[in-house]
Amino acid sequence: MSELVEFISNNLQLLYILILAIFIGVELIKNVPSVLHTPLMSGANALSGVVIVGALLVMLQAKPDDYLSLGLGFVAVILGILNVVGGFVVTDRMLQMFKKKK
Amino acid sequence: MNITLSIIYLITTIAFVIGLKMLGHPETAKKGNLISGVGMGLAIVATIFLHDFEVPSINYMLIGAALLIGTILGYLIAMKVAMTKMPELVSLFNGFGGGSALLIGLVEFGNNSEDATQTSTIIAAIIIGSITFTGSLIAWAKLNGSMKDIRLPKYNLINNLVILALIAFGAYIVMYDSTNFLLIYLLLAASLIYGVLFVIPIGGADMPVVISLLNSLTGIAAAITGVLYGNMVMMVGGILVGSAGLILTFIMCKAMNRSLSNVIFGAFGGADAAIAAVGKTGGSIKKTTASDSAILLNYASKVIIVPGYGLAVAQAQHVIHELEELLTKKGVDVSYAIHPVAGRMPGHMNVLLAESNVSYDKLIEMDNINPQFPNTDVVLVVGANDVVNPAAHNDPSSPIYGMPILDVENAKQIIVNKRSMNAGYAGIENELFFNQKTSMLFGDAKSALTELVNELKNM
Repeated sequence: MSELVEFISNNLQLLYILILAIFIGVELIKNVPSVLHTPLMSGANALSGVVIVGALLVMLQAKPDDYLSLGLGFVAVILGILNVVGGFVVTDRMLQMFKKKK
Repeated sequence: MNITLSIIYLITTIAFVIGLKMLGHPETAKKGNLISGVGMGLAIVATIFLHDFEVPSINYMLIGAALLIGTILGYLIAMKVAMTKMPELVSLFNGFGGGSALLIGLVEFGNNSEDATQTSTIIAAIIIGSITFTGSLIAWAKLNGSMKDIRLPKYNLINNLVILALIAFGAYIVMYDSTNFLLIYLLLAASLIYGVLFVIPIGGADMPVVISLLNSLTGIAAAITGVLYGNMVMMVGGILVGSAGLILTFIMCKAMNRSLSNVIFGAFGGADAAIAAVGKTGGSIKKTTASDSAILLNYASKVIIVPGYGLAVAQAQHVIHELEELLTKKGVDVSYAIHPVAGRMPGHMNVLLAESNVSYDKLIEMDNINPQFPNTDVVLVVGANDVVNPAAHNDPSSPIYGMPILDVENAKQIIVNKRSMNAGYAGIENELFFNQKTSMLFGDAKSALTELVNELKNM
């Protein structure tokens, strides 16, 4: 129990961010028309590619002779950027279709 | 961390929130996507150039190479794939994100300093990253049609035991052996297998819900790796995706009148249900030809088109638009009935029909169009099946019982275009096809509709 209290007091800021971000996410999505569900899912998917930042940090901090970290980091960067670029381009292509006719 | 980098991360976070908000309205959606994209680009560039580490040049070269390869590949895949394949593509990209998270977890486990909080964060990243990685790939393969539902006996029990074992195993590593690489690889393998087990029994019609859920999980994985680095943009971005994805999952479940646990644990479209339903329907079907259907449509005053996945597969969205324009010119009132989960994903049909320039106001959502069916002369169902299956209303034993459907059986005449009498994606028979008012126009949607259009032109 004391460990829990300690954890909470150490990470109070984190908890605030967590809870507020959850509420923002819910509020943003709540009233979206079903027409946009697929592009929205795709757009959110592109955002989850933010994990690339972590992959970059791995690569930046890896020692040049640490082949395991470099190798895994390398693949992680490729996968992450695939998620980002693919996600945004696909979403853009979907939304292209919704353009108003001239 | 230097202050410029922190400020750029803050800007990115704001871009994510605004972008996501704008994605929710048809007029601003495209701009919203662009804004979050630019935000992401900023974060990536800033991470590479504004850090405080000593970085050997070889690392920079590797980073550059990886970014180049991934960007080109991602762009090519995203541009090449046909609109009908969008849902599985989203799943594939989502899997890549999960894969990235699990690799980060693995590397950080190697740098780990036996701190319990840190170890549990790493382990959570590995477990969730792995589940989304294999789960998304399986979802991709299933939507692709290259993999069928596989249902092990007692799969619910097995899956629940595996996930409990995973958590217990993770806890054991945190508490007793937080530097053992063998254990972490075992955990990795078990998590990857769980991802497969989790998605493999889920029925095809429920795939969109699963993809949305996996998408939400990838967000959570990103947030967890963010905690590892104390990186705000990863944390907030990840949690945003996590909660938005989860809400979207619930909205989709609601559109199908099912609960999330029902989707994950229920046996949807199981073989037993299919057999039971076949026994009940039977009866005879009435075949029709393109010319007969053309006559029917030509003399109707109100026609509703119900598009489904068959239309998407046959790439018939342009022909259907031609048919609609032709009929409108002949003075027929034509509109499209869009079921919330028509196709393979919510909004899938809207995207497709918009591609062929069908105007917005002709696409009518389920609740608004259902009262119109009784005074509709002809309903043309193209490649849709489960969303017009009356069993959802009147057969409590049917797996889709309770799902809101388009009440096409209330119309005066129904023409159903299908390739064959095969059951729909949910794997169940449809008594609509045996209805007195229904005539079946067999054939690939594109060729059948092209024939229809030609017949109409000659009238």
